Amino acid sequence: MSTHAATAQPSYLVDTGSRKGLMAWLTTTDHKRIGLLYLYAMSIFFLIAMGIGFVMRLVQLTSYQKLITAQTYNALFTVHGVIMIFLFVIPGLSAVFGNFFLPILIGAKDVSFPRLNLASWYFFMAGAILAVLSLFTGGGAPDTGWSFYAPFSLKTGTNVSLAVFAAFVLGFSSMLTGINFITTIHRLRAPGMHWFRMPLFCWAVYSTAWIQILATPIVAITLVLVILERFFGIGVFDPAKGGDPLLYQHLFWIYSHPAVYIMILPAMGAITEIIPTFAKRTIFGYKAIAFSSMAIAGVGSLVWAHHMFTSGMSGMALMLFSLLTMIVAVPSAVKVFNWVGTLYKGSIDFQPPLLFALTFIFLFCIGGLTGVMQGALAVNVHVHDTYFIVGHFHYVMFGGTGMAFFAALLYWFPKMWGRMYSKAAIYASWFPIFIGFNLLYFGMLILGLMGMPRRYYVHLPQFHTMHVVATVGSWFLVLGLLLFFGTLLYAILWGEKAEDNPWGGVTLEWSLPSPPIQENFEEIPTITHGPYEFERLEGKS
Amino acid sequence: MSAEPTTKVTPSSLGPDSEGSPGASSVTQGSGHRDDYGSRLGMWLFLVTEMVLFGGLFIAYSYMRYRYPVEFHHGGGELNATLGVINTLVLLTSSLTVVLAIVAIQRSEKGRAMVFLGSTLVLGLTFLVIKSFEWGAKFHHGLYPNAPHLATLPPGEQVFFGLYFTMTGLHGLHVIAGLSVLSVMLWWVATDRIRQDRYIHLENSGLYWHLVDVIWIFLLPLFYLAA
Amino acid sequence: MSEHVEPASEHATEHPGYGTFIKVWLLLLILTGCLVGVSHLGQTYAVWGLLTLTPLKAGLVFYFFMHLKYEGPLFKVVVLVTLGTLLIFFALLFSDVAFH
Repeated sequence: MSTHAATAQPSYLVDTGSRKGLMAWLTTTDHKRIGLLYLYAMSIFFLIAMGIGFVMRLVQLTSYQKLITAQTYNALFTVHGVIMIFLFVIPGLSAVFGNFFLPILIGAKDVSFPRLNLASWYFFMAGAILAVLSLFTGGGAPDTGWSFYAPFSLKTGTNVSLAVFAAFVLGFSSMLTGINFITTIHRLRAPGMHWFRMPLFCWAVYSTAWIQILATPIVAITLVLVILERFFGIGVFDPAKGGDPLLYQHLFWIYSHPAVYIMILPAMGAITEIIPTFAKRTIFGYKAIAFSSMAIAGVGSLVWAHHMFTSGMSGMALMLFSLLTMIVAVPSAVKVFNWVGTLYKGSIDFQPPLLFALTFIFLFCIGGLTGVMQGALAVNVHVHDTYFIVGHFHYVMFGGTGMAFFAALLYWFPKMWGRMYSKAAIYASWFPIFIGFNLLYFGMLILGLMGMPRRYYVHLPQFHTMHVVATVGSWFLVLGLLLFFGTLLYAILWGEKAEDNPWGGVTLEWSLPSPPIQENFEEIPTITHGPYEFERLEGKS
Repeated sequence: MSAEPTTKVTPSSLGPDSEGSPGASSVTQGSGHRDDYGSRLGMWLFLVTEMVLFGGLFIAYSYMRYRYPVEFHHGGGELNATLGVINTLVLLTSSLTVVLAIVAIQRSEKGRAMVFLGSTLVLGLTFLVIKSFEWGAKFHHGLYPNAPHLATLPPGEQVFFGLYFTMTGLHGLHVIAGLSVLSVMLWWVATDRIRQDRYIHLENSGLYWHLVDVIWIFLLPLFYLAA
Repeated sequence: MSEHVEPASEHATEHPGYGTFIKVWLLLLILTGCLVGVSHLGQTYAVWGLLTLTPLKAGLVFYFFMHLKYEGPLFKVVVLVTLGTLLIFFALLFSDVAFH
């Protein structure tokens, strides 16, 4: 069937323009190359932030406390949070796999605004560089935590202004990407690619893009207000001038809670692509998953104040936000049921991407359920600002988005580079990752319930045992991650050539050569059926 | 392997489907094809982000006004409502001339289009000049953030002026951005890069300018008529 | 097809003329006059004027000057979703502020 032998266009990895090498990459408007640019940059940021996390864990073994001062510790958890959140999980799957695969999955040759797409990457890099600069210039690395809470962020002598501006620029990058993706999905679907024939990853990216453009500007303006406050003293957040720090918290979380869904929705989308391929079965409840993505985007934007239950809000707001928080768990649960329903009675082909997808479901469930616990007002008061929170959001962000990122990377790796990794090495890396992850973060959940507050340089003796357990877990985790990334890096450079369709997937990307040609499709395909129709193929053969 | 889920057709065989189908434009994308509808959609989505950006400030404003109704009333009394209303008329008229410039382009009346766009630029500059006089007067009276005089006023009024400078300042930046873009449009009309069959850039710049106008429509009653 | 149909990429062939927009502009000037007049009648009137006349003016600019009237349903939905979102943000924020 396939006519790849007759392919006239070269692979997107081959330079054909007047520019060669690095310059060809830095001036590219090919969505696939831009996706990879994001990926390479993000992997570096991820490894740096991982290293910082590793050092923070070492500090909790009190004997290593001489390593850094308490002030440095404050800077480290701020930087760890800023890098991981703004430079890794928020752009994460959307910028890398959204860029690379969204146009392919809907049968288009590129996004609607390719040059804007490249500009988004440059904004991303500019923001990243500013964030790094903020560590070494001015009054030193910011020590406010990634949330830049007023009034401390207004008063601290550290370099908060530059870090906040960096976040502003990153937000701009995120908005432009969102605009691009929405327009692409509305305008560039191939003939016959109806809304309900799109692969579900596209629905996830679409919902995410809406949050990106509807919520990001709020944090942008909030951060501008912080900068203005620091330079000119406008007084909006400053209680001495009649301002209100609670207003800061509201505005910050109006964005930053939906940002959690910016992080998790594309992750869920990727999992939804992986599961049918390895169950060799059409997805269970296509529309339920599509609409639950939109529902998560909608309801997820209305729960922000559950970060503020102990701030002294009105009783009315407490009840309302507690209720909404419980409700947002429903569409997420719908997805989990659908994934499990898809696996049920499927002919399961167990491969590394599926292993990481299942790990995602397991860890995400723990993260989600601990989240619902905190939605209950009374429990929230007890665990607020403890390690329980830290454990919870690492289960969601790392166990959720991070594992889905790894799963997506493993799933699409052969398509992106046209090479295959060593499956044995990936399996070998899974064990330390899984064991280390749970020792570390479940340890944190227990510590939090015991009463260990977050962001503390020192701890009381009764917490020491669990801190040791968590730190040992972090060693396993780092070991596994290094093996994981090492394996993939080796495969990019020297891996054996991959087939066009190594997993037997049926969505459009698997009909292309690995790696894809420059404009994806020789001819734009016409779509006549839904995305996961394995049965149809079986009937044929 | 029969993983190929599609049947391929040549672009020309799409026929009538290419009118209504959203994907039709992908047929020729990447080869200099224009999708004006897509461009406008992108612009509108960008305007969405601008609306929410100012929306955040409006939320902050209403939060504070609810808290300090009396102080906001006093603060509004300090502002020059006459200048605010004149500026509103200036901006509304500049919006009109932009939209008239588009009509002129649609009718291939290049000269008129340039006159209309030129008027918009003049009106926009007028707005900025009036605004700067207004700001100058406030500075003169010591009504600016961190001013010693402002610090003696009740907290609510300090917040009022903080918001006043933030919101009109950010709006002013948008006016400057809009004027820069419209200057380029004027140049493009003059050099025929914008013409009857190709005026999407002018349209999108116009959309931006109108949004700047809409924001001012809200700023007028919130600040100048608050007294 | 269950999807909503988006219009073809060109405007409707009939473009509105100069007259339409000049009329809208006159209306906007009149409304501004009303707004200023109402604000002199006292605090309550001023607030009601703000809440009704201002969105009306903004609506006219959106609908005519920004050509929403002549666009398909998608753009209208985009604007409504945005305004709806902002309204809900307001409402939820005031569930805290107003019940202190």
